[in-house]
Amino acid sequence: MSQLRFTKEHEWVRIDGGEAVCGISQYAQKALGDIVYVELPAAGKKVKKGEEAAVVESAKAASEVYAPVDGEIVAVNNALSSEPGLVNSAPQAGGWFFKLKPANAAQADELMDEAAYEKYVQGLTG
Amino acid sequence: MRYLPLTDKNRRAMLDKIGADSIEALFIDVPSAARLKGPIEGLPFHQSEFEVERALGALAAKNIPASACPSFLGAGAYRHHVPASVDHLLLRGEFLTSYTPYQPEVSQGTLQSLFEFQTQVAMLMAMEVANASMYDGPTAAAEAVMMANRVTRRGKAIVSGNLHPHYAETIETMAETTGFKALVEKPQPQKDEDLSALIDDQTSCVVVQNPDFFGRLHDFTALAAACQAKGALLIVAVTEIVSLGLLKPPGAMGADIAVAEGQGIGNALGFGGPYLGLFTCKEKYIRQMPGRVCGQTVDAEGKRGFVLTLSTREQHIRREKATSNICTNSGLCALAFTIHMALLGEAGLTKLAEFNHAKACDLAERIASIPGCRVLNESFFNEFTVELPKPAEPIVNQLAFRPLLAGVPVSRLHPGAKDVQNLLLVAVTELTTEADMDALVAALREVCK
Amino acid sequence: MKNENRALMIEEALIFEQGEEGRTGIDLPDPPEAAKKKQKLGGLRRTGKIGLPGLSEPQVVRHFTRLSQKNFGIDSVFYPLGSCTMKHNPRLNEKVARMPGFADLHPLQPASTIQGALELIDQLAHWLKTLTGMPAVTMVPGAGAHGEFCGMAVIKTALEARGEKRTKILVPESAHGTNPATAAALGFTVEAIPATEEGRVDLQHFREKLGPDVAAIMLTNPNTCGLFERDIRAIADAVHAAGAYFYCDGANFNAIVGRVRPADLGIDVMHINLHKTFSTPHGGGGPGAGPVVLAESLAPYAPLPWVVRDGQKFALLEQAEGNAAKSFGRMKGFHGQMGMFTRALAYILSHGADGLWQVSGDAVLNANYILAGLKDVMSAPFKGPCMHEALFDDRFLKDTGVTTADIAKALIDRGFHPMTMYFPLVVHGAFLIEPTETESKETLDEFIAAMRDLAAKAKQGDVEMFKQSPLYTPRRRLDETLAARQPVLKWSPPESGSPDKAAKVA
Repeated sequence: MSQLRFTKEHEWVRIDGGEAVCGISQYAQKALGDIVYVELPAAGKKVKKGEEAAVVESAKAASEVYAPVDGEIVAVNNALSSEPGLVNSAPQAGGWFFKLKPANAAQADELMDEAAYEKYVQGLTG
Repeated sequence: MRYLPLTDKNRRAMLDKIGADSIEALFIDVPSAARLKGPIEGLPFHQSEFEVERALGALAAKNIPASACPSFLGAGAYRHHVPASVDHLLLRGEFLTSYTPYQPEVSQGTLQSLFEFQTQVAMLMAMEVANASMYDGPTAAAEAVMMANRVTRRGKAIVSGNLHPHYAETIETMAETTGFKALVEKPQPQKDEDLSALIDDQTSCVVVQNPDFFGRLHDFTALAAACQAKGALLIVAVTEIVSLGLLKPPGAMGADIAVAEGQGIGNALGFGGPYLGLFTCKEKYIRQMPGRVCGQTVDAEGKRGFVLTLSTREQHIRREKATSNICTNSGLCALAFTIHMALLGEAGLTKLAEFNHAKACDLAERIASIPGCRVLNESFFNEFTVELPKPAEPIVNQLAFRPLLAGVPVSRLHPGAKDVQNLLLVAVTELTTEADMDALVAALREVCK
Repeated sequence: MKNENRALMIEEALIFEQGEEGRTGIDLPDPPEAAKKKQKLGGLRRTGKIGLPGLSEPQVVRHFTRLSQKNFGIDSVFYPLGSCTMKHNPRLNEKVARMPGFADLHPLQPASTIQGALELIDQLAHWLKTLTGMPAVTMVPGAGAHGEFCGMAVIKTALEARGEKRTKILVPESAHGTNPATAAALGFTVEAIPATEEGRVDLQHFREKLGPDVAAIMLTNPNTCGLFERDIRAIADAVHAAGAYFYCDGANFNAIVGRVRPADLGIDVMHINLHKTFSTPHGGGGPGAGPVVLAESLAPYAPLPWVVRDGQKFALLEQAEGNAAKSFGRMKGFHGQMGMFTRALAYILSHGADGLWQVSGDAVLNANYILAGLKDVMSAPFKGPCMHEALFDDRFLKDTGVTTADIAKALIDRGFHPMTMYFPLVVHGAFLIEPTETESKETLDEFIAAMRDLAAKAKQGDVEMFKQSPLYTPRRRLDETLAARQPVLKWSPPESGSPDKAAKVA
């Protein structure tokens, strides 16, 4: 199980057996509040790093979720349609959004590791 | 001035507290060249209530309302009787002067009545969900087409030639300005259209109306299947909502989206506005549905309550990604509809619709027996098309002086169409009396000689 | 449902839970027997029940009367919603709108029978043009957002007629959501204009963003922070020099009506919310009306129909021909929100030029009085004077555990409708307070006292009181998450097997 890497927009990615699993961070789910709906991409869609890949909604807000690396969508977390609350309870585990076949797995290494992301978040809230 | 509570004494005390010399000083950021020295010139000063009433009454007196003479006007707006209770309830300040229910704890009156409205509309149209209303039937139809474009990810709408021209034109305007295609067929007052032949894999939707603009009745079940086979949506529009008290509704025909003009229930003719757009669709499409919607929930004590919901579709949250730019709904008109429909109930609405149809059958038979006149419809609800032996528009204008409002000349809404000059749309409601019908028949007999 | 009435506050079931088959609140004569035999329904008679409940008139009247008692309205409480202009709705407006000579007119009657109606529209149009200083107006749009669409469609059409393809719209970050939504609907890309520390458009950054690909700027003035854009003439000049158009969102017209003409500020097109500035009732969410004033260069593209005058006679131009040949087309049914025109004209005639002068003066005075009365205990992001609304943010609540929403819910228990919250988005936890000119000094003093008390309680750490608010309303705080996760958008009969989903969940 490799490490989580984070973007400045609060997405995380984990390379797992050649696939990039993606979701939003603990900080993001807290900021959004109770998640009511997730709009997931279609399998086969090609995305570039920083492009909108999904939308996450609370009762009063909607936020874009950007692809953390270039790749092609190979799977989406269908559990989220009946249980969007998973994003709140397990944002960095069971609340994952989609899996990508990364164009270049090394791209994830350019992102912040957990420690760097913690520091980044502290800088935002402090 | 009677609406302005502040006295000069109040103003001085308030300016003191603020630390300003005068009210003018508060406008310091306005460029001095744009700051007027006093009230705008060339406009009258304030007036008493009775002076205003007199002035507006004088304007009203220059009109001949449809209530003051025999009237057979329809074509998308229908004169039905609105019970006295409706207005009295509507004028309660808690309804009239409240705002959009963004603070649900103090808006349960508005929200519960919206929930009841949405339920009534869904029942009437036999559709799964309804929103909290739109501006009117034509804009609801245009929004329906744009929704179909989003759902199917296609950009070509096929529009029946027998759709009310205001609906078709509004759709065309939206197509032109927002960038999709709308193919509007030619009107066919006497033949049946074959729209299914026009559907291809670029078609997002087919838009039809029942009763159609000429009053004819259609079963669109086969068309719904044809749409579905090609991945397109069927949109059905209803311009006379009372017809749903008697006719097979859009949902029973397989419509994906159904829109209507709700004016006929609870709302006066009012020279065309404000009216009431009804919007319904299948539940699987609700996240693409435009407009406000009210939903059921519970409060902190577990009691049932109502809130605006699915707000992330709307402009105040999604901004440029909203399903529509719409903000306001037709709140008070929707409430009038809800109250009137609650008074009618199943038994009342059904009887009202039967009554409308029976009168229309009566009048159609009498007109058909006038030499030179022909009723084109084999089927209708409360409105049908009459073919006169000469152009309808001059006849209608002439009869208006009696006064008698004989109907809507088709050429008024289809000025470019061939072969419609002699066609007249005649509508009947429960308010049409025997004397009214006698007058129309006698007048037509006279002018058709 | 447990019946827990509290004196005047009655628990009221849905009409569907009170109906009985065969009951009705309407009497109708029977259609003639002979007529009943002649049916022309083409086999399309409805089968099966619609499902509507049957109630008698007394039951319906009681039901909606009780529902009304669960609502705040301007008639009953101070309603300082920023950007909404919740001023008194005169009943004279209602009386004139209901005159049969207006209410019973069918929109398609022959012109000879509706001259008074067309003359009324022309009179109101004249007032709107004179008050704004603009040469033309379309009365068609059905609401503010509809007016925005109209104005932007006119701009798009005008540019196309010039043979130009400009794709960008510049919109301040503080803009109302309808602005970018409208621009996007018309196929434009939206670019945000940053604000200065004084809450106004950053003129320099704005000039840098202007270019040959900019179609228009959409600006609200006074802006959504309640501030007058001081640089508006410079902004207008820059926009025009770049060959673009200046769209003004007229939602805040109440601040300057009768004493400043938007034409003198350099605008090209502006929508007016009759349900804001001109007192037509908000009715729980609508209907509105959004006439749009237009510069000479844009007038030819106005939507159909046009109300035109030939000497003493009025007519409707309903087709894109003659003078209206360049119109961008029809955008709704019939002619416009006539019911709102009669009401707005009654309001305007009642006030006259001198009354309207006083309206904007008192509206701005009232807002500044609130700003002065609260700025020492709440945090105002921008220095005054403000225009017709006062903006605060949530810095004064830092470390208290109390949010903007909590203050609003506690304010309800004090007998006030809350101000607009969390808008504009450019400050954190915004409170936008617009009292309007129809409030007395006594009411403002009561409101200021209540707000000062709430601010003090928040700072004292009385978090629990805020979190429990509101206590005295027909419903406590409602679960909006549940409503969005499990949408129940209509009542269903219990036999259908779909039980009251929401009531099941604790």
